[in-house]
Amino acid sequence: MNVVVEAEEQDWAALVRRVDRDKDKAAFAALFRHFAPRVKAFLMKSGAGEALAEECTQEVMATLWQKAHMFDPSRASVSTWIYTIARNRKIDALRRQRRPEPEDLPWGPEAEPDQAEVMTLQQESEKLAKAMKKLPEKQRKLIEKAYFGDLSHSEIAAETGLPLGTIKSRIRLALERLRHAMG
Amino acid sequence: MTNEIKHHLTDALLMGYASGNLPEAFDLVVATHISLCDECRARLGSFEAVGGALIDEAADAVDVNDDALESTLRLIEGAPKDPIRIRDTAPEAETVFPEPLRDYVGGDLDAVRWRSIAGGVKQAVLPTSRDATVRLLAIPGGAAMPDHGHHGTELTLVLKGAFRDDDGLFARGDVEVANEDLHHTPIAEPGEVCICLAATDAPLRFKGILPRIAQRFIGI
Ligand SMILES: [Zn+2]
Ligand SMILES: [Zn+2]
Repeated sequence: MNVVVEAEEQDWAALVRRVDRDKDKAAFAALFRHFAPRVKAFLMKSGAGEALAEECTQEVMATLWQKAHMFDPSRASVSTWIYTIARNRKIDALRRQRRPEPEDLPWGPEAEPDQAEVMTLQQESEKLAKAMKKLPEKQRKLIEKAYFGDLSHSEIAAETGLPLGTIKSRIRLALERLRHAMG
Repeated sequence: MTNEIKHHLTDALLMGYASGNLPEAFDLVVATHISLCDECRARLGSFEAVGGALIDEAADAVDVNDDALESTLRLIEGAPKDPIRIRDTAPEAETVFPEPLRDYVGGDLDAVRWRSIAGGVKQAVLPTSRDATVRLLAIPGGAAMPDHGHHGTELTLVLKGAFRDDDGLFARGDVEVANEDLHHTPIAEPGEVCICLAATDAPLRFKGILPRIAQRFIGI
């Protein structure tokens, strides 16, 4: 069971790569089938009506195609990356405000992410997802409320109880590597 | 560069930014701090991974229209090619303001349109949505901000120079997160001017009558 899930997860990054390199429509269709219904659910839970959610979902998926070259699998899983695109669309369409983004780290000479690092990051992401499923119901609901916009930042408790340590150090390593490559 | 930063964003703010639910003024302070701080950039990455895990749950998926894939492919065909974003400064040119802040100011420090408020302190309010406000402050070396408390949350990010209060010394990249519990009198360190980016989601609470009158005019 685990093996299947991990193999599947690993595939998403490869599919994004095929969209980027080969403009592969079959790879895009596979990503679409998996992620579009999830993006739509996220947008509806965030307060979008059905029609707006449908429209925004298509725009989010089109952005995935257009920005496939920006995806860095050593810093985020495909789900996480798509989540950030959907979140930004939500801020734009539902909250109608600008979204200041951090200055991005430019790609260094080592543009090719290290496969072992990519693998470990994907595994950490899956571990996080599993750990979240095991959280007590009350705490889980609280996290969902925070992400779907039903809690203000001052209502979010500082201690979330989320096991973020390992994934954070993983991302930190990828950033260090990137900084290092930049010289 | 980034390992000198001692005062960081809270988990609540990072989660708020990751979930896209902060006021725009706070988003700007968070994005500007993260541009300077790899520690918080990595922490933000982990909060975004929580969002990824939430979105990945199949149980709640909602069917898209039958022709959704075709419509999306048409959208892609019709869209202009993703414009390659040309960075507005060459990397060798060291700027005071990171990119997200430059976008709001319309340039670096020399592009700020300052207005004097009091005691040599200058400010420039930046345009954002109205649920919170964000301003740049220039405090001359050795000068004090009026003694005040907070109704809501106040974020103060140092971009140049430094200030000190009961919570310690704050220099470039450091961010102070103040709330109802904190009452402080930030004082700029002697010497160079201290430039801060400060955001509040509620008016400050001043002790003295004079600052309170001034408050009506300057809108802090
Ligand atoms: Zn930080
Ligand atoms: Zn204050």
